[in-house]
Amino acid sequence: MLGRHLAALTLTLVSGAALAADRPEAIKVGITAFLSGPASVFGEPAKAAAEMMIASMNEAGGIDGVPVTPIFVDEGAGGEHVLSEYRRLVQEENVDVMFASISSGNCNKVAPLAEDLQVLNFMWDCGTQRIFEEGEYRYVFRTQANATPEMLATVLYLLKTKPDFETIAVVNQDYAWGRDSWDIFRTALQAMKPDVRVVAELFPKFGAPDFSTEITRLSAMRPDVILSTSWGGDLDTFVRQSAQRGLTEQATFVLPLAESSLERLGKDLGPGHIVGGRGDHYFLHPEMVGDAAFEGFVDAFRERTGAYPIYPVFHMSQALAALEAAYTKAIEANGGAWPEAAQVVDAMSGLTFQGLGRPITIREDNQGLEDQLVGTTVHSDAHDFAVLDDMMIFDAAAITTPVGELSVEWLKTLTPDFVDSVQVDRFQHGS
Amino acid sequence: MNAQLALLAALDGIAYAALVFMVAVGLTLIFGVLRILNVAHGSFYAIGAYTAVSVGLAITAAGLSPWLAFPGLVLAAVLVGGILGTVIERGLLKRIYTKEPVLQLLITFAVFMILEDVQRLVWGVQPYFASEPVNLLGTVQVFGIYYTSYQLLLLPAVALAVLIGLRLFLRRTLTGRLVTAVTEDREMATAIGIDAERVYLLAFVLGATFAALGGALASPTTSLVPGIGAEMIVLSFAVVATAGLGQVEGAAIAALLIGLGRSFAVYLAPEFEVVVPYLVMVTVLLIRPQGLFGVAERRRI
Repeated sequence: MLGRHLAALTLTLVSGAALAADRPEAIKVGITAFLSGPASVFGEPAKAAAEMMIASMNEAGGIDGVPVTPIFVDEGAGGEHVLSEYRRLVQEENVDVMFASISSGNCNKVAPLAEDLQVLNFMWDCGTQRIFEEGEYRYVFRTQANATPEMLATVLYLLKTKPDFETIAVVNQDYAWGRDSWDIFRTALQAMKPDVRVVAELFPKFGAPDFSTEITRLSAMRPDVILSTSWGGDLDTFVRQSAQRGLTEQATFVLPLAESSLERLGKDLGPGHIVGGRGDHYFLHPEMVGDAAFEGFVDAFRERTGAYPIYPVFHMSQALAALEAAYTKAIEANGGAWPEAAQVVDAMSGLTFQGLGRPITIREDNQGLEDQLVGTTVHSDAHDFAVLDDMMIFDAAAITTPVGELSVEWLKTLTPDFVDSVQVDRFQHGS
Repeated sequence: MNAQLALLAALDGIAYAALVFMVAVGLTLIFGVLRILNVAHGSFYAIGAYTAVSVGLAITAAGLSPWLAFPGLVLAAVLVGGILGTVIERGLLKRIYTKEPVLQLLITFAVFMILEDVQRLVWGVQPYFASEPVNLLGTVQVFGIYYTSYQLLLLPAVALAVLIGLRLFLRRTLTGRLVTAVTEDREMATAIGIDAERVYLLAFVLGATFAALGGALASPTTSLVPGIGAEMIVLSFAVVATAGLGQVEGAAIAALLIGLGRSFAVYLAPEFEVVVPYLVMVTVLLIRPQGLFGVAERRRI
């Protein structure tokens, strides 16, 4: 035990003295994802995608000749497990980079830990906007957007396409994401449309198997718009039960995470509802369709998992693209020699990389600037589930909270004019 | 809240209570006879639901009449309760009846954890949904609001049939009376020649089948995801504790209380929806620690 500590100490001293590191046998990446529990609807596809993408990276020679090795940690085993595994991976397995995590709760916990352990950490999927707004980090970066641009894009889309609606009701899961996303959505909506009336705020239990009572109440109230930021089984059940009882005919549903449920919902989700995918993530992305690499991946992913890729898959592609871009940039800056860990961290600032969507840039507060795609469902003959039409892609710079400001305060400063001032790229492609 | 809305809320509450009752009555039956609090009961619910979906998909794939989905639900429940129930009772529980209650609880919890993983292995983690039976029965309109006939009529009808059937079975048939006798006093029952082991197996399989039936009937209305078993076991514990352990009719009343409480909360105080079942339970237990219908245990010398 003592011997190992001494060895580690010597190693630190030696490597501290040299500027270039030895080329390692592999870049070890620790990836936390839900492989059990309800959120494994996201974790399992992301894991499959990581394995596929890493395999093809390694086939192409890895990163500057060094292969990437992933090690997965199950977030479903709980926050304590994630933290202890995180420490173990960094201290015992000597991973080079951590991708953590899906859960915002876990991101809140691992961000300070990454600073303590001085390990490069990509927040690859979690939504909370608070981490970089409330603290400064050297080792933690977010390779995707956060809840604020995701919700704001949805509000803007709603106001651009349906400016005259009067009433809205919300049915969100009763946990941090359901509450926080509604806070952001409501703040933005009320700032840009002060006369809107919120007629019901319902927060059924996370994992609720039945929404009959909520649906009855909404059917009696007849709001123009029904928002739900739910996901997975909860969202599927809510939409299906609503469809069975005619509620989807009576109101416009706004479902910022439903890109991840479209295929499962089949034609139960009718036309005319607003759907987002936490970024510009869509297997029929209007700017990516026709791209050989994009379509090749979509086909290969379907072949392997039996389903179209959903947003966590795209988030994973971004984290891996960031990894490759950071190492490449650091190697270049180091004159072609293998970089020190600190040099890779340095390379992250201002880094631009592209996964299976538009390019993303890391801003000075370590937040990624990622564009947002929102669309309206239509039914077509090409797919036996709803696809998106009337798509808008929102430029990240316009809708992401400025550096140094708190989202909720910033959103309050928006005015009704903001809706028209945000320029968007529109796409119609129907089937 | 006016009378019309109150009626609407009551309809939702009853449909929900029907499903919860089916699972809780199985739990309470098993506890009444075996004196084991069976955590793995939640797995019977989940596996019953998953099996029902698989049976339903097989029926569709074979091109058979969609109406066969209804007998398919019952078939799934009987298969799960019969096979899994027998294996667990004979293979495991039989060996631990004389052990400490805490150990029994831990062992059934272990079974629950194992079965959770079995579900993931067999059915994966993506949500399953097979709403064919609900769509077949169509909707009915109450005060301009659409309800599915499945939830409004079928579920309460099945729950009522289970309640009445179980009551008749326990009071009017010989086998049922044997079960009741073992529940009342195992030693005495064994002394007069009742085969307690057989009764234990019967009660366990019956209880497991009810849980699986609850799952099968729930499957067309909800998404099947990892963890549904855990949700249900917690809720049915609340029902059983409210009713008093081992009380069949009590479980029906408690399920109804909790179902109605929950749906009224959605109208009156949505923030409390999540805690209503437990508020009902705590209130009842504060006033009657043995549950609504529970009988205080007499001390045996």
